[in-house]
Amino acid sequence: MFDFLGRLLRGSDNSKNVAKERLRLVLIHDRSSLSPGLLDSLKEELIEVLSKYMEIDESGLEVNLDEGDDSVALVANIPVKQIKRKV
Amino acid sequence: MAKAIVVTSGKGGVGKTTTTANLGTGLAQLGHKVCLVDADIGLRNLDVVLGLENRIVFDLVDVVEGNCRVRQALIKDKRFNNLFLLPAAQTREKDAVAPEQMRELIKQLKEEFDFILVDCPAGIEQGFRNAISGADDALIVTTPEVSAVRDADRIIGLLEAAEIYEPKLVVNRIRPDMVRKGDMMSIQDMIDILAIPLIGVVPDDEVIIISTNKGEPVVLEKKSKAGQAYRNIVRRLEGAEVPFLELEDKGVVGRLMSLLGMGNKQ
Ligand SMILES: Nc1ncnc2c1ncn2[C@@H]1O[C@H](COP(=O)(O)OP(=O)(O)OP(=O)(O)O)[C@@H](O)[C@H]1O
Ligand SMILES: [Mg+2]
Repeated sequence: MFDFLGRLLRGSDNSKNVAKERLRLVLIHDRSSLSPGLLDSLKEELIEVLSKYMEIDESGLEVNLDEGDDSVALVANIPVKQIKRKV
Repeated sequence: MAKAIVVTSGKGGVGKTTTTANLGTGLAQLGHKVCLVDADIGLRNLDVVLGLENRIVFDLVDVVEGNCRVRQALIKDKRFNNLFLLPAAQTREKDAVAPEQMRELIKQLKEEFDFILVDCPAGIEQGFRNAISGADDALIVTTPEVSAVRDADRIIGLLEAAEIYEPKLVVNRIRPDMVRKGDMMSIQDMIDILAIPLIGVVPDDEVIIISTNKGEPVVLEKKSKAGQAYRNIVRRLEGAEVPFLELEDKGVVGRLMSLLGMGNKQ
């Protein structure tokens, strides 16, 4: 019965959920590094979109995946030369 | 229209060869002309699982190198005269065959057979590239474990790069009791993660080990659940809609008990 209560209280720390969470994280890494051209094409498209709104310094553009222990973030550093005037 | 299907997984030992043998036998039982190709050069196994190991004269590498014609290397099954095996070479390296040669071979086989199933080696190197060249479709075998699902995900990406789209998922060695306890990923978990359609679920079943010992595919055992699971996949390969097996056989009370966390101690 304690086992039963413990199960109710713990809820999500059974090994299946641990497995799912570990898989989720490992696949973010695996998938992002699957094709080396991925970040490059992402950069190109970012430039395309951003250029509609502002003039950016393409040579200074940096896009990286920042990998923490239990999270992954897309970090972009985009130098802006000039913002377009509103019309 | 003939169809060439590669059975692959990335990770080793998850059940590719068992799946290939059973689906091939099951398709033959329904009257299709089937050729099984063992592409695991150097580690040939499909012959043993089918109980045909004593009949091999020539192999895949002999065919590719022109030492014999395809017909001479094909081994007819003991049970069905519309089922054939093209065995792998046992004493050669994976690079004895090139993808282009495999593509040519599969093309040739498609003129004779309805289904060609290719048993892929583990890994993602040359042997994998050989096995997938010439395939129209792919089955991905996985087990409910982090490493196997991770490798399956990688394989899906590599297949896509090779222009083999929408592979179908076979989840092997599922243990309903463990899924119920929350100690094994469920089918839905794996579909969510891999995002490809499911074509079959095969329970972990000691009958498979017994039937492999005897060289008689379990798909022929009418009463076995694993056999039924393979027969269902066979029907789905034919294009039929078959509902998925209810692998939980505890009945309503049992399921209620385990829902409450009380059915775990038997
Ligand atoms: N559903 C199952 N239940 C019980 N045992 C199984 C099941 N599926 C496969 N096995 C066993 O697991 C072992 C590995 O299976 P198999 O040889 O088919 O895997 P494989 O993916 O072809 O391996 P490899 O990567 O080495 O080629 C075998 O001993 C087989 O009998
Ligand atoms: Mg094998």
